[in-house]
Amino acid sequence: MAKTPEKHVVDETSSAPKDGGNGLKEAAPGRISRRCFLGTVTAAGASALISPSALNAAGEFAGWPNRFGMLTDLTACVGCRSCEKACNEANNLPNPSTSFDDPSVFNEVRRPTAKAYTVVNRYQDPKDKNKFVYRKIQCNHCNEPGCATACPIHAYNKTPEGPVTYNEDLCFGCRYCMTACPFYVPAYDYDSALEPKIVKCTMCYGRVKAGGIPACAETCPTGAITFGKREDLLKLAREKITKNPDRYIDHIYGEKEAGGTSWMYISGVPFGQLGFPTNIPNKPLVEETKGFLSAVPLVLTVWPALFGMCYAALRHRDEVEEEKAKSKKNEEEKNG
Amino acid sequence: MANGTIARTDNFRSWFMEKLLMGMTWPEYMRTLITPFNVIAAGILAIGLPLIAMRFYIGLSLVTHSSNEYPWGLFLGWGLFGGVPLSATGFVMATAYYIFGFKRYHPIVRLAVLTGLLGYFFAVVYLLTDLGRPWRIYYPMGVAFGTASVLFLVAWHVATYLTVQLVEFSPAVLEWLKSRRVRRWALRVTIGMTIAGIILSTLHQSALGAMFLLAPGKVHPLWFSSYIPVLYLSSSVYAALSMVIVVSTLSARFLKDKCGKTFLSSLPKLTLGLGKGAAIAIYVYFAIKVIALTHDSNWHLLNTGYGYWYLVEIFLLVLAPALIYSIGFKKRSVNTVRFAAFLAVFGVVMNRINIAIITFNWNLPHHFAHIIPPWKEVAVVLCIATIHVLVFRWILNRMPVLREESDYEDAH
Repeated sequence: MAKTPEKHVVDETSSAPKDGGNGLKEAAPGRISRRCFLGTVTAAGASALISPSALNAAGEFAGWPNRFGMLTDLTACVGCRSCEKACNEANNLPNPSTSFDDPSVFNEVRRPTAKAYTVVNRYQDPKDKNKFVYRKIQCNHCNEPGCATACPIHAYNKTPEGPVTYNEDLCFGCRYCMTACPFYVPAYDYDSALEPKIVKCTMCYGRVKAGGIPACAETCPTGAITFGKREDLLKLAREKITKNPDRYIDHIYGEKEAGGTSWMYISGVPFGQLGFPTNIPNKPLVEETKGFLSAVPLVLTVWPALFGMCYAALRHRDEVEEEKAKSKKNEEEKNG
Repeated sequence: MANGTIARTDNFRSWFMEKLLMGMTWPEYMRTLITPFNVIAAGILAIGLPLIAMRFYIGLSLVTHSSNEYPWGLFLGWGLFGGVPLSATGFVMATAYYIFGFKRYHPIVRLAVLTGLLGYFFAVVYLLTDLGRPWRIYYPMGVAFGTASVLFLVAWHVATYLTVQLVEFSPAVLEWLKSRRVRRWALRVTIGMTIAGIILSTLHQSALGAMFLLAPGKVHPLWFSSYIPVLYLSSSVYAALSMVIVVSTLSARFLKDKCGKTFLSSLPKLTLGLGKGAAIAIYVYFAIKVIALTHDSNWHLLNTGYGYWYLVEIFLLVLAPALIYSIGFKKRSVNTVRFAAFLAVFGVVMNRINIAIITFNWNLPHHFAHIIPPWKEVAVVLCIATIHVLVFRWILNRMPVLREESDYEDAH
């Protein structure tokens, strides 16, 4: 079982920094910073006027290079809930009503709430009725997140490091992100009258940025949660599945779902039997509304001309009729 | 000095009596307020208003059972998604009258514009009730821009269109206040405002449908379609025509003394015409519905529970009103057309509630237990709807909407 490394360096192309292990400090040549990426997009947009191939290149976003991810191996999880406890402590969340050692919570299917970023649920193993399979739920940190696409105030951000972050100072509480999330992750603080906010896993963004690893991965005693570069995790997942075809089903959940997620899962049981949503398209949700949004500027430009012309035609008809009536009157006067 | 003050006070008093109390004194006015309708309305407000106030001090959980799986309930399902298509009246009638030249419909254009204006205003009221932090409503316009979001577009358009409709309706307010100069200015921008209204309505009516494109696994496949923006737009056209029939019918019945002669005498003929237009718009919508079903090859889903519900919707609430409209028009029966209009309006609201509430999360366990609203949510919705009717009546009672102000019969 691959053990999660204690420390990581964000950028392999730059030399490992000595000051606190913060590899994010300077943008080294191979690494694309956010601003640099936006610049590239603008440039690509400008060159699209000249070259059609550049237009295609700008339309699709393959995801931030070198972003991090997590791999949960459900076959290794023993349901100890130490990840829940570590998450609670690392993020200063309120104490739960039942303790983290209490197995009675497994009697019901739980979900992340306004008080818990992550929960572990228990399912009976369909292969062996005496065994259990455990599933950890938290935000999957999509490559192109539906929540970020939905948010009208840009309160969500897909960071280049991988975590999807949320800024409560911008949120007005429309909860469209919850409607859009295919994994039913964001939770809302319905009990707060004046400062309600969305609550969801941050993939310990602060720790990751400082060169650390998320609390749940750090604490997991069985190595069921691995932190690393998403590309490396995909390789690791494939390797595990290839080496142990009896142990795993041939599916990496999160490789393609909703356009791919930073958090991925491998399992011995089909994901649908563990409560994972299985009716999610493999393309990012943003693709669903792209066509509609691209029609918007057309309406803005064509409609005024079209309906302006209708009005002009109406005026024209009125004028012609007026002239006709006038000449008829003149004629009558002449004849009469 | 003292005389001047007295004169001014008298002026104000007579202005107040004429404009706000409809020419009555306070005691007279108060006596007219005691009607069965008003007593019921007062009862509804007495329950609803405290609930709305408490929501801002206990939290949304007090008045809704919105949850982490079901973030939206009746406030948006009924108030926003159901209310906005019914408020397309302003844009549809203004376009027909000013741009396409359906001049005969002049007596009901103002009523249609007012229906639209208030409809949008109250859709925003429902939204403000539902938003977690409503005082940040302007954030998408000034603080941060989620330009990839369909809701960003809706927010901008509803805000702009509300302003446009206010300008469109302003001549009625200005005639009421006898402000000739400003009124002339307001009339000058009519065509521009009407075209702006078409653009904004085309985009946000369809955008309300496009919002659900981000929930492909959650809305039932029979209602989820890449055609959903077009379906929302085209259904808003017949919703608007039907709504004009409904509102004019109710006005002519309950506020007959406020209706002008032209309004009352032309209404039967105009109703038939509107009914014909609505029937055609429904046939167009029905055709797109069938195309969408075929495009997504979802015919096999018709033989399921949700399939039967879908058939009820498209046959009893879409096709049936169209057929009744057609029969009514052919037989020149105004009442038949009116019946079709009520049914069509109900059908459009049902469609929006089907998508936002009834089939939303259809594959989650215990789905139906989640979609039945608690009484407090219903009470708040009833309360806002009652205020809507009261404000509507207040304006119709005072401003020249159903009739023409005698000094201004010249031009529109």
